[in-house]
Amino acid sequence: MATGTTKQIIHGVFGDEEPMVAACKKLRASGIRIKEVYTPFPVHGLDSIIGIPRTRLAICAFIYGITGTGLATLMMWYMMIHDWHSDIGGKPTWAYYFAVPAFIPITFESTVFCAAHGMALTYLLRCWLVPGAKAKNPDPRSTDDKFLVYLELNDEQAKKAEAILKEHSVEEVNHKGTLHIPAPY
Amino acid sequence: MHAESEIREPLILGTKTYRQITDDIIAPIEGKASKGWYVLLTIFALTFLWGIGCLAYTIGVGIGAWGSNNSADWAWDITNFVWWIGIGHAGTLISAVLLLFRQKWRMAINRSAEAMTIFAVMCAAIFVTLHTGRPWLDYMLFPLPNQFGSLWPNFNSPLLWDVFAVSTYFTVSLVFWYIGLIPDFGMIRDRVIKPWQKKMYGLLSFGWGGSARHWSRFEEVSLVLAGLSTPLVFSVHSIVSFDFATSIVPGWHTTIFPPYFVSGAVFSGFAMVLTLMLVVRKIYKLEAYLTIKHIEYMNIVIIVTGSIVGVAYLTELFMAWYSGVEWEQYAFLNRATGPLSWSYWCMMTCNVVSPQLFWFKKIRTSILATFVLSIVVNIGMWFERFVIIVPTLLRTFLPSSWNTYTPSFIDIGIFIGTIGMFGTFFLLFSRFFPVIAQAELKTILKQSGESQKKAAANHKHEHISAH
Repeated sequence: MATGTTKQIIHGVFGDEEPMVAACKKLRASGIRIKEVYTPFPVHGLDSIIGIPRTRLAICAFIYGITGTGLATLMMWYMMIHDWHSDIGGKPTWAYYFAVPAFIPITFESTVFCAAHGMALTYLLRCWLVPGAKAKNPDPRSTDDKFLVYLELNDEQAKKAEAILKEHSVEEVNHKGTLHIPAPY
Repeated sequence: MHAESEIREPLILGTKTYRQITDDIIAPIEGKASKGWYVLLTIFALTFLWGIGCLAYTIGVGIGAWGSNNSADWAWDITNFVWWIGIGHAGTLISAVLLLFRQKWRMAINRSAEAMTIFAVMCAAIFVTLHTGRPWLDYMLFPLPNQFGSLWPNFNSPLLWDVFAVSTYFTVSLVFWYIGLIPDFGMIRDRVIKPWQKKMYGLLSFGWGGSARHWSRFEEVSLVLAGLSTPLVFSVHSIVSFDFATSIVPGWHTTIFPPYFVSGAVFSGFAMVLTLMLVVRKIYKLEAYLTIKHIEYMNIVIIVTGSIVGVAYLTELFMAWYSGVEWEQYAFLNRATGPLSWSYWCMMTCNVVSPQLFWFKKIRTSILATFVLSIVVNIGMWFERFVIIVPTLLRTFLPSSWNTYTPSFIDIGIFIGTIGMFGTFFLLFSRFFPVIAQAELKTILKQSGESQKKAAANHKHEHISAH
């Protein structure tokens, strides 16, 4: 029979952010992987402490933005210059570069529109924040005033982790059962 | 965590904890609404209904139902449009510009200011939609192919730029607001007990969990959206001012319009935020979060923007004289001494004189004075738009087409109706949505909370005396 590993699920619940951050640093220093931390508000610097790479959402926003710039340019070039010239108050429409000053506002708005909405949508989908999604925090108190360190560890590491958590005045250490990870075939 | 100077006044008063912030913000949602809330809601909802009636009448018979005439072809419609959209600007300014400048006092007010933005832009949208005369043809404003009934829209026209600017502004503000709301809805979902509330806030929270990964993305999104909204908010009112400035109407054709309109917008918006905030802090007992210091900061913004507006008025007068253009000179003479000069002097008093009272610390830290002056400022800003539009249009180049103007009761009805709509939406928002961005507020508790600051100061002094 194929065997796998069994991991314990541990919730370390803290009542304040400083001991939680200190505990996370210690856990990482002792080579324990922190699966996730749930906090009621953004704790600055926590992402680098628990080893989360910097998000690339801003790069996405830039790409969406220049897409918006391009789409608006293409649209106005096609409608005003290419498809249907209209002489409106003698304003030049024979070449894009003559008419471009009047196109700047809409080009700008379209850039912002695409960057903002594209980024917001990417953020929501990347985090899977969609209507009807199940609450992602394992303990409801973590949106109020508790800071929850979520660990999935083998027995040996679990013991070590528990000791570290207790060193840093953890309020509760909750064992939430085990997780069986089957060995690969 | 970085420490904050002791001299800086605390932004959260009393001995609050994270739990207490949760309790205070959720109190209006969990508790029963007061009698006052129902009374206000009834009044606003009825005026809103009255407005809908006038709106339906306008659609039925056409804009001949308004007081507008061949000379004043823009009147209350565009006055109200510019007024509302200007009010909206404060919300974005507070949440975006103050975020970029790392002003922590924004955190207690940004949520309701953004809500105000959204409702104000909705009110503004009603007027632009209606003023086209045949609102059912408004789809022609969008770049649809020629076979839909007209040619391509005219991209040279500032009126079309406005369509793009206002719709971008509205949707981006809405998204910015909602992304900030998600964590707070998550908190409410985890707290409420009633099944329908659990279900409703569960849906609204989109499954928020507050994991470190999500928070880091959340912060990135907030920052970039703030960076995008900042030029956006300046562009929107600049483009609104282009509606006037790119015309050849004397009194409108000036290059000062964009900065003058933007500062006017911030001026009136901050006044509206103050009006609402003073009511909200009272009825929901949020005095610990919306402190006198917050009011003072906002009043300082009002002095600055009000003074810019004042300087702009004087510059306009000077430039009219200095230009040597007879029509330009007459436009301003007519505003100040013509048949509607009372509106000009009302504008001057409310916008130029009244905010200067805030130089006195007693006045800018007084709740009553702030409340009264915030309303005065918005009356003044309404008259500013009225003065720019109506008296100017009534007397342009051809004296044979000079005219007079009186609003019809339909004009007044729609305007009052939008105030009703704004009030109704804001009351519903304040009852069912978290009025303060509690997750953000919790981040500054340790540095800016009153008791926390005192404890830190004592600790420091002990430390020094020990050496």
